[in-house]
Amino acid sequence: MSDVFKESFEIEAGDFASAGEASAKIKSILRMIGIDPALTRRVTIASYEAELNMIIHSQGGVMSVEISTEAIALFCEDTGPGIADIDMAMQEGYSTASSDVRMMGFGAGMGLPNMKKNSDEFSIHSDTNGTRLNMRFNMN
Amino acid sequence: MNTYFHSVRLDRDKCKGCTNCIKHCPTEAIRVRGGKAQIIAERCIDCGECIRVCPYHAKIAYTDPFSDIGRFKYKIALPAPSLYGQFKNLSSIDRVVMGLKLMGFDDVYEVARGADIVSCAIQEKIQEKKNLPVISSACPAIVRLIQVRFPNLIDNIVDLLSPMEVAASVAKREYAKKHGVSQNDIGTFFITPCPAKMTSIKNPYGIEKSSVDGAFSVIDIYGLLAGQLKKPGIVTAEGATASVYGVGWANSGGEAAAAGITNSLAVDGIGNVIKVLEEIENLKLTDLQYFEGLACPGGCVGGPLTFENPYVARTRIKALSAKIQNPGPSCDYAQTYIDDGTVDFRQPIKARPVMKIDADMVTAMKKLEAIEEIAKRLPGLDCGSCGSPSCHAMAEDIVLGDAKEMDCVFKLRDKVTSLAEQMVELTGKDKRGDI
Repeated sequence: MSDVFKESFEIEAGDFASAGEASAKIKSILRMIGIDPALTRRVTIASYEAELNMIIHSQGGVMSVEISTEAIALFCEDTGPGIADIDMAMQEGYSTASSDVRMMGFGAGMGLPNMKKNSDEFSIHSDTNGTRLNMRFNMN
Repeated sequence: MNTYFHSVRLDRDKCKGCTNCIKHCPTEAIRVRGGKAQIIAERCIDCGECIRVCPYHAKIAYTDPFSDIGRFKYKIALPAPSLYGQFKNLSSIDRVVMGLKLMGFDDVYEVARGADIVSCAIQEKIQEKKNLPVISSACPAIVRLIQVRFPNLIDNIVDLLSPMEVAASVAKREYAKKHGVSQNDIGTFFITPCPAKMTSIKNPYGIEKSSVDGAFSVIDIYGLLAGQLKKPGIVTAEGATASVYGVGWANSGGEAAAAGITNSLAVDGIGNVIKVLEEIENLKLTDLQYFEGLACPGGCVGGPLTFENPYVARTRIKALSAKIQNPGPSCDYAQTYIDDGTVDFRQPIKARPVMKIDADMVTAMKKLEAIEEIAKRLPGLDCGSCGSPSCHAMAEDIVLGDAKEMDCVFKLRDKVTSLAEQMVELTGKDKRGDI
């Protein structure tokens, strides 16, 4: 585990102007390291969803990426109200986003399902203090 | 193939070493080193943005000299539809066709006719494609951009040759048949609004060898052709035959309109196209059927080698189109060339990734770490004075051995200030006799 590249990004609540910047940066990092394009795409999609969730639902947090020769790991940790019903949130189309957020084209209820679908390992822990997400993407 | 031909080049004598081009290059392919711009060949997609912005006209596009038509016994002109928008008071497209003949061409085959054929082929092809949206293959700068930056999207590109290629191939075949001559004696010359098309003739995609034998820029032949158009009594025995829709390919949105695809998105201007390609790559637009991305503002009418303002040209083309007899799109003529495979790619497009910083992943990670470390120390103003397009690009260049931290004017100023302070301090100490 000696050769690991790490980078982390602060995500601000409600900062729609910066939405997608962290995941775009992650995409650029993966391109520069020479990660397989298809894998890069999966990580980008999952990180974008995570980033948006933090902007929409949390009070802010940090998204980190760790790249090793075996896998890419994404960690997200936010403070906020947490997810009341994770099982429901994991269903496609279920959303608690406000109508304002939906008007902006977000909150389609695909965030968590997309993260799970695109990652090889996915775990989520949420309570009333916030949410922690772990995603792992294997190199092959 | 390490000798990739580029149409876009630098005229070193004219280059003043300013930073206009490096800031506008969409693939960060230009650096200023030693007071002169340098183009990084692997990254350049020949879009010609640098030609547009260079105030000293030091960025040039290589196109063939007009005398090249002498290489062939029979010469066919292939005018891009964008050519039609260049002339003030042009009464009809027929006059352009006749004017080209007066310039020395034996025949004219409008690329708009090639576009008519491709439009019909797209209608058929779009039904088979699995990856949505299907991406147009017409703009060579966008195809190259996808090869270097969006390898995931190569499978979305419609596997059809461009209207220029189709026009050249059909023109040769029809002329040879009609006049009973060998195709080898026929030269086809594209009249191009952009350097990317010139490049795609020398380095074709989807086909091993281009059917186009050379290209002249619109701006190079403008004067000569304008002179012919003014001649009174140009007869229109055999004029233009392309449809309104084929001619419409000159403008952004023209392809989808010609192919009758309503669920489509047309985006022009390379910066805008990059943003949408990112979205397509992130699977955000999978409900879209067709994506037409054109590198130049307004579409081909905005090519860097055109003469007229693109918005004026676009309006003129619309006015000329209203006079066209062929209402199109009729696919009867096109069907022959769709059925015999003239329009199809003969070989797949390959990815040409240039973004990765090292062949070995672990080394790349270490380099990237160093890059991020240096980037944090740089001022983040992206001023370009160091000759790299942004502070982050400069950090990359430093780690890859192509720049030094002191090339940054702000780092240099800090260094000079601190050296000056040290000197003052030393002098002071000397006066007090402390040394």
